[in-house]
Amino acid sequence: MTINSAIVIDIIKSIAKTLAENKEYLTELDSAIGDADHGINMDRGFNTVLTKLPSLEGKDIGTILKTVGMTLVSTVGGASGPLYGTAFMRAGQAVAGKNEIDEKDILTIFEAALQGIKERGKAVAGEKTMIDALEPALKSYRDAVDNNIGLAEALNRAVDAAKEGMEYTKNIIATKGRASYLGERSIGHQDPGATSSYLLLQAAARVVNSL
Amino acid sequence: MIGLVIVSHSRKLAEGLCELTNQLSQGKVKILPAGGMEDGSLGTDATRIMDAIQEADSGDGVLIIADLGSAILSSDMAIEMLDENKKSKIVIADAPFVEGGVAAAVEASLGSDLNKVKEAAEGAKELKKIFK
Repeated sequence: MTINSAIVIDIIKSIAKTLAENKEYLTELDSAIGDADHGINMDRGFNTVLTKLPSLEGKDIGTILKTVGMTLVSTVGGASGPLYGTAFMRAGQAVAGKNEIDEKDILTIFEAALQGIKERGKAVAGEKTMIDALEPALKSYRDAVDNNIGLAEALNRAVDAAKEGMEYTKNIIATKGRASYLGERSIGHQDPGATSSYLLLQAAARVVNSL
Repeated sequence: MIGLVIVSHSRKLAEGLCELTNQLSQGKVKILPAGGMEDGSLGTDATRIMDAIQEADSGDGVLIIADLGSAILSSDMAIEMLDENKKSKIVIADAPFVEGGVAAAVEASLGSDLNKVKEAAEGAKELKKIFK
């Protein structure tokens, strides 16, 4: 199965819709251990992205992803702006000029995006961040691609792993960002960044499953 | 002369520190605020920071004084978006916001180089405020 530019645009729309639906939920999670703006910030960012999509129709996938990244950087506001912004920009660079991508290209995108987040945030897994959802998701996706089980199923496995990783963030202490000021008091709360990462992957998988 | 960019989540905070540092450096140093989002809400915006860096840079370099959290991430990102030959002359101070900003402005007004201005800002961590 291959994904063309039009499907990529559908995926971005699906992400924006999911984030809008979960705006209150994400902000509620963030009010427990952060500064209560994650849902509002992500929704504001992707709403601006939606306004740019008409001008991106017919463009290559690299350009689409890069534009999404640049838009997030200047509209999200919190740390997730530069983090998701870097992820999308690196993803765009990884498939620059391509009008169609397959599961191997998506693996490259995924790897570049996660690497970008790690470099930008100077973070690793186990610190109660989006990495705790994305790293296991990438591993599951890679294993699935290596076993040739098809794109939709590979993405579904990535979503399952991201969900598990997201839930695991309840059990650990935050050592990055505003939540780290809380120390042990951050235990018991699910990380908002890991949650939005899971929602993003889920929204993407939903589009691919409907093809 | 070294320029300064003041990055804060709050537009008012960035502008306030600019006002203060401008007075203490007697208007000799280019000090640009990059606070809040374009619409005035709280947050940091890498593209606004990048614009401020370009305006503050006279060719000798720019020191960034940032508040915390995403101000650092967005500043890092702003530097990354600049031309390759400019990047090496733009650095972020690991300094307290107000004290570091003041120390950097005074040091820059003396015509010091980027390293010295950064050291002055970071040295403000040790600054004693109350003497008994």
